[in-house]
This record gives sequence, C-alpha cells and structure tokens, in this order.
Amino acid sequence: MSYQWDFSPVLTRWPLLLDGLLNTVKIAAIAIVFGVLVGLVLALLRLSPRRSLRLPAAVFVEFYRNTPPIVHFFWFFYALPVVLNISLDPLVAAVLALSTQSGAFYAEVFRGGIRSIERGQWEGAKALGMTHTQLMRRIVVPQAATRMVAPFVERSFELIKTTALASTLAYGELLYQAMMVNSETFRPLEVYSTVALLYLVLLVSCSALARVAEARLTAYR
Amino acid sequence: MQDPIMPVSILPASQVPAPPILQVSGLHKWFGTLHVLQGIDFSVAAGERVAIIGGSGSGKSTFLRCLNFMEMPTSGRIALDGTPLGRASAGKPDEVRYPESELCRVRERVGMVFQQFNLFPHMTVLENAMEGLVTVKRMKKAEARERALRELDKVGLGNKTDVYPGRLSGGQQQRVAIARALAMEPEILLFDEPTSSLDPELVGEVLRVIRQLAEEGRTMLLVTHELGFAYHFATKVIFLADGVFHEVGTPDEVLKHPRQERTRAFLERFTEFSF
Repeated sequence: MSYQWDFSPVLTRWPLLLDGLLNTVKIAAIAIVFGVLVGLVLALLRLSPRRSLRLPAAVFVEFYRNTPPIVHFFWFFYALPVVLNISLDPLVAAVLALSTQSGAFYAEVFRGGIRSIERGQWEGAKALGMTHTQLMRRIVVPQAATRMVAPFVERSFELIKTTALASTLAYGELLYQAMMVNSETFRPLEVYSTVALLYLVLLVSCSALARVAEARLTAYR
Repeated sequence: MQDPIMPVSILPASQVPAPPILQVSGLHKWFGTLHVLQGIDFSVAAGERVAIIGGSGSGKSTFLRCLNFMEMPTSGRIALDGTPLGRASAGKPDEVRYPESELCRVRERVGMVFQQFNLFPHMTVLENAMEGLVTVKRMKKAEARERALRELDKVGLGNKTDVYPGRLSGGQQQRVAIARALAMEPEILLFDEPTSSLDPELVGEVLRVIRQLAEEGRTMLLVTHELGFAYHFATKVIFLADGVFHEVGTPDEVLKHPRQERTRAFLERFTEFSF
C-alpha cells in the first residue's frame, strides 16, 4: 500500500502550531530560569560543610532523579489541590514540576563543576587572604562555569523536550497543539512529523547559541 | 658543572637579637592516625631566612603549610608578631578555634609560593598579580596595576603582562606566582618546594629571583631539595625527620658538619651521584 502524504491541512493550521511552539519556548525559558535558581540553592546546600543542610538537599535530588517526570506533573496538578487546597493553572503546575525536577539535575551540574576545580586553585586563592565568598566568586565559579556549559546544555535540552509532558495538563504547548491539529485533520503522520521537525529546528538553534556561549567562556584556554 | 646560583651576600646580623616575628609552640599535626608533626617549637626573627630540608614524608611541607593555615594544626599555637593566633576554647587549651576573618588577615601577612604555582588560569599574568590587591586589599585598579607591574618587572616578566599563564613555561609561571605573592607586601614569605616541579634548566631563573629577595632582607622560609641553594640562601637550616626538628643550625653546621647520624645519611644520598 502506498500512503498519500498530504501536509496541506496541517500547514494551513500553522497559527496553531506556531502558538504551540511559542508556548513551548515560553515554558522552557521560565522553567530554566527557575530551575537554575533551585539548582544553585541545592548545590550550595550540598556543598555545605553542615550535614543538616547537605542531607535534605541530597534527599530532594535523589527523589527527582529516581522518579518519572510525568509523576511530578500529575502531582503538582492533581495532588496539590487535594492536599493543600491549592489549585494551579496548567502553566504554573508545569513550571513547578519542570523547575523543581531540572533544579535537582542542575544542582548536580553545578556541584560537579565546582568540585572539579583543583585543590591548588582553592589554596592559591586562600593564600592571598581571600574569604570563602571571595574565592568562590573570583576563582572557583568563573572556572567551574566553563566546565558546566556542556552538561548544562545537555540538561536544558532534556528539559525542553520534557515540556511536552505539559500537554497532559492541557497546557497549549507544541505537542498539545499538535494533538488539536490532529483531531481536526486526522493526519497524524504529517502532524507529528511536522512537530518533530519543529522541535529539531528549535533545539539545533539552541545548540548553535550554546556553542557561541561556550567559545566565549573558554576563550582563555 | 657550572652553578648558575651565586652566593647570597649575607647581611650582617644586628647586635640586638630581634624579637621573633613568627613563633611556633608545641605544634602537632595528625592526619587521621598518622602523626605527621610531633611537637615543634620554633621561632623566626625578622630578616631570617630558613631552609627546611628532609626526606619525603618527613612533614616539612605540612609544617610550612601550618604556618599560613593551609593545614590546620591539630594542637599547638602559632604567634605572629607576638600575638597568638586563634582563640583557645575555655577549659580546653588544646582546642584552638580560628575565625575565617583572622585566617584571612594572617594569610595577607604570610605569603606563600606553591610547588604547582597555582596561578589562576582564567586571568592574565597582570590580573593574577593584581587579584589579591583588588579583591582582598580593595585597592583601586590603577594603583593595584602599578604595584603588580612593579613586582612583575622585578621577576623579569614585565613584558608578559597580557599573556595567560597557560602560555608560559614552568619557570615563568613560578615567577608570576612569586610576583603575585610579593604584590601583597607580606611580612613573611613561605616557599613550598618552589622548583620541584620545574625542568632542571628552568630552576635557575626561579632561584635567582628568590636570591634577589634574600638580598632585600625579607623574612623567608623555604622547603627545598636544592641543598646547594639552601646553603647559600639560608641563615638557618632545619633538618626535619619523623615530624621533629632533628637538627637545626647555620648552613655550615647542618649541611657541612652535621652532628646527627641521620642528617649525615640524608646528605650523603644527595652527593651519591655528584661529580
């Protein structure tokens, strides 16, 4: 049998898909910003000399590493209203799920980057009389940042792809819009091929940006 | 063999004994169950140059690193200019607490040069030399730059200011590290095997800089395997073995006429293959 490809019903509904693409970018951008903040706090806690700070952060990270993301989405959207009587709109629930989850992963990226800085660098800074804060700000973090770029980009790509799960909360991101288009056109092959291509273009553009950023950060090498 | 290092012109010792600038009493250091420093009492007068020699694992680097608290002493006290550092807790005189602010102030006054240089690779040579001045001493950039340039000139690298350390030879990197420490105008300089990771042909340029500092009358402590340099450089030589000062004296006493059998055996290993 030969399938008759026909993209025209899909392409005529491009405003729907564009809307979805923009919403995907929006939710990803918000989740990355909050994820980075959550990740920084967690990384600082995990690097603390105090066990009472390290332990809760470690539990948080392990929880998110070892549970599927869709469970986090459902939990924020369906469980929170029952437990705390807080009802969230799909965007907020999705951002919460994404940024807490990616925060846990970002924390490991930050922690790994900081731990990878050789002892000699810490000592060189200390020997000049720097405080812990000064040596982190001036010596450790700037060097660690360059080593974090690659794993950070990797995690962010995972996050962007995970935004597709927000469709399960009826948030109008790219996949959800595709489902809408599909229900109108009954052209799943064309719809999901188009969507795959849109994700591909989005992520390839992001990785080009990331390469520019990495080149700038590592210019001194 | 031609020795590139000429003898230091030793400054005449003053008639009045100078009060110690650095005083160590009852210093012990444990690493887990390993007793690395086993009770050291020691003092340095301003202008003294002390060379510390000893086999690997003797504790000589650990001793030096305790003096600017790169390692925390397990017990014992260190006094700088007559002021004991840290606060002994009430009832437990052995437990000394060191607030970070105090350690930072001490490290500003006691500079250190490391075996592995530990330059900051993301900063240029000039930025490396300025870093302590700007970040720690909060000096204005222009002023810090001027002082950093002066120190870089002194170590012969005034023409490499905008280069990143990764582009320099080991000897050049170590000279930048010396300039970085000097810029802070420390009262005491600690050198932890400053030439041990250098190719033999680069050792001379670093030792020459250290000798120049000696001629300025700076107070310095040097852990080294360069016994020839130690002989010419030091006003006092310490042979450390098993975590104690085994023999202490002038370079002539310790290096040429050692009284202890152990010192003699150590020195013989160095001359075994000389020609």
